[in-house]
Amino acid sequence: MKAVCWHGTHDVRVDTVPDPTILNPRDAIIKITSTAICGSDLHLYDGFIPTMQSGDILGHEFMGEVVETGPGVTNLKQGDRVVVPFTISCGSCFFCNQDLWSLCDNSNPNAWMAEKFYGHSPAGLFGYSHLMGGYAGGQAEYVRVPFADVGPLKVPDGLTDEQVLFLTDIFPTGYMAAENCDIQPGDTVAVWGCGPVGQFAIRSAFMLGAERVIAIDRVPERLALAQAGGAEILNYEEIDPGEALKEMTGGRGPDSCIDSVGMEAHGTGPMALYDTVKQAVRLESDRPQVLRQAIAACRKGGKVSVPGVYGGFIDKMPMGAFVNKGLTMRSGQTHVHKYLKPLLERVQKGEIDPSFVITHRLPLEEAPRAYKIFRDKEDNCIKVVLKPFSTAA
Amino acid sequence: MEDSVSTQPSKDTEAGKLERWASIISGGALVLGGLQQRSLRGILMAAAGGSLAYQGVQKKSTIKQVGEAVGIEKAILVEKTVTINRPASELYSFWRQFDNLPKFMRHVKSVQVQDAQHSHWVANAPLDQSIEWDAVIVDDQPDRLIAWTSTDDAEVNHSGFVRFQPATGNRGTEVKVVMEYELPGGAMAAAIAKLFGEEPEQQIGDDLSRFKQLMETGEIATTEGQPKGA
Repeated sequence: MKAVCWHGTHDVRVDTVPDPTILNPRDAIIKITSTAICGSDLHLYDGFIPTMQSGDILGHEFMGEVVETGPGVTNLKQGDRVVVPFTISCGSCFFCNQDLWSLCDNSNPNAWMAEKFYGHSPAGLFGYSHLMGGYAGGQAEYVRVPFADVGPLKVPDGLTDEQVLFLTDIFPTGYMAAENCDIQPGDTVAVWGCGPVGQFAIRSAFMLGAERVIAIDRVPERLALAQAGGAEILNYEEIDPGEALKEMTGGRGPDSCIDSVGMEAHGTGPMALYDTVKQAVRLESDRPQVLRQAIAACRKGGKVSVPGVYGGFIDKMPMGAFVNKGLTMRSGQTHVHKYLKPLLERVQKGEIDPSFVITHRLPLEEAPRAYKIFRDKEDNCIKVVLKPFSTAA
Repeated sequence: MEDSVSTQPSKDTEAGKLERWASIISGGALVLGGLQQRSLRGILMAAAGGSLAYQGVQKKSTIKQVGEAVGIEKAILVEKTVTINRPASELYSFWRQFDNLPKFMRHVKSVQVQDAQHSHWVANAPLDQSIEWDAVIVDDQPDRLIAWTSTDDAEVNHSGFVRFQPATGNRGTEVKVVMEYELPGGAMAAAIAKLFGEEPEQQIGDDLSRFKQLMETGEIATTEGQPKGA
């Protein structure tokens, strides 16, 4: 089959590889009809996530048709149309039982690696480094889905791929980010980063009762899309977001702040330069520019929610501000399984059509170009959907 | 400069260690530490007291005595604990059938159960070789503890116990494994050391993760055999 493989920093190729097979009783094989490139894939593309190996198949936002099931999978049958969470979860450990699906104890075969980095291992993820399990991803024609009796959700007829594809990651991720803000009536939520996750965080914050959402970015088309979603916007290259946020909120600061940028934040000023240099020489693994701003801007007693991906260590964490303002920080890989059904219902009811973020629809073969334009934000690119069987699509 | 004189461990400390071991095995103390000098096997024997099925364990082999005398004896002694979301009885029953162990212990090729107490172990060794020994169960407390050790004539001195203890708040069962391979020197020692590599704790930890996966999910998470680009 054809698959998008990582071969090094800024080197992804469409390779011909063997088709996946059932390896465990609870596996299923899915024929992929739609698959997307995630902002977090760019951290792999840029070489900032450790333990990638040449030839690893990328992709963790995908959906398709069940073509084969292992003997342990009785709830799916050939031909079922499913969306697949990017987190792999067993459904029977303590964490899965607590609805903390991305913290599954049993799905990472390389748990020891993650334990060395983090003390404990999170769930395995599709196509996201060996640290996270080394599972082949879904930017391919077919994919093997472990614990297929737990993860995949059948999609009702009448909804297009594009309406449901983002249930696999970015919609739940933005939604969980907003949920982590514990939004109260009258709240103002500030969202750093107007990429796809930021866009869903903005809309989710409104769904969960925020009165105002202020979106911060520097890319005009992303700010425009945020504005279309009801947000007030700030271009951090034109205005210092810290001061502006204070002014816009009567001096109080936003009630909660969402960092949907993560480890490769851009910024202005000496601190941003400091991070860029330190990261370039590997003295700092992540550039926490946004996180610092969010902590500084957040109102006293507020919430800082971090859906953005961080992989390792950060410097100059403003712990004094965090402590003395009594902030709360919440984060985590998304517990996708928990959100699949409720968010599908919102799509069915027409409360949101997640396809609004899509700017590019390309055949799988064009993945290398797609990664490049997405990374460089060329051609107004916000979200790319790849079609492995484009003639059928 | 430090001018204190290092002292030999006194009889009292030895006795203290023994007590601590006994209490680990019985479920009192939770963490062992600083016990590397004393053989697990001796402790298991002593802790299990007179109720042992196995004879002649006090007798030390000549090679071991020599090893101790010249101080070359080293042991791989590992302690690892994992919490498994299943009742102790289920975990105990699975483990008690020693022929199940190779399903999750990667260094063990097979365990043949000979009778209620005795088993024959075959471990993988480098260069497609294998190492074999006979083991005997020295303590068996249903749903709580299983302790075993190699027989005195075995080429390999191997001992271990697994303890099952309910976790707080209904959070499953804490499974503690303590295993030891004594290395009296020679080719066998080298083979075993190589088998475990630099980090025996990690290997035993991985074994326990696989045990947990099997017990909680019925399978062991894997990516072996999946496609990959050239």
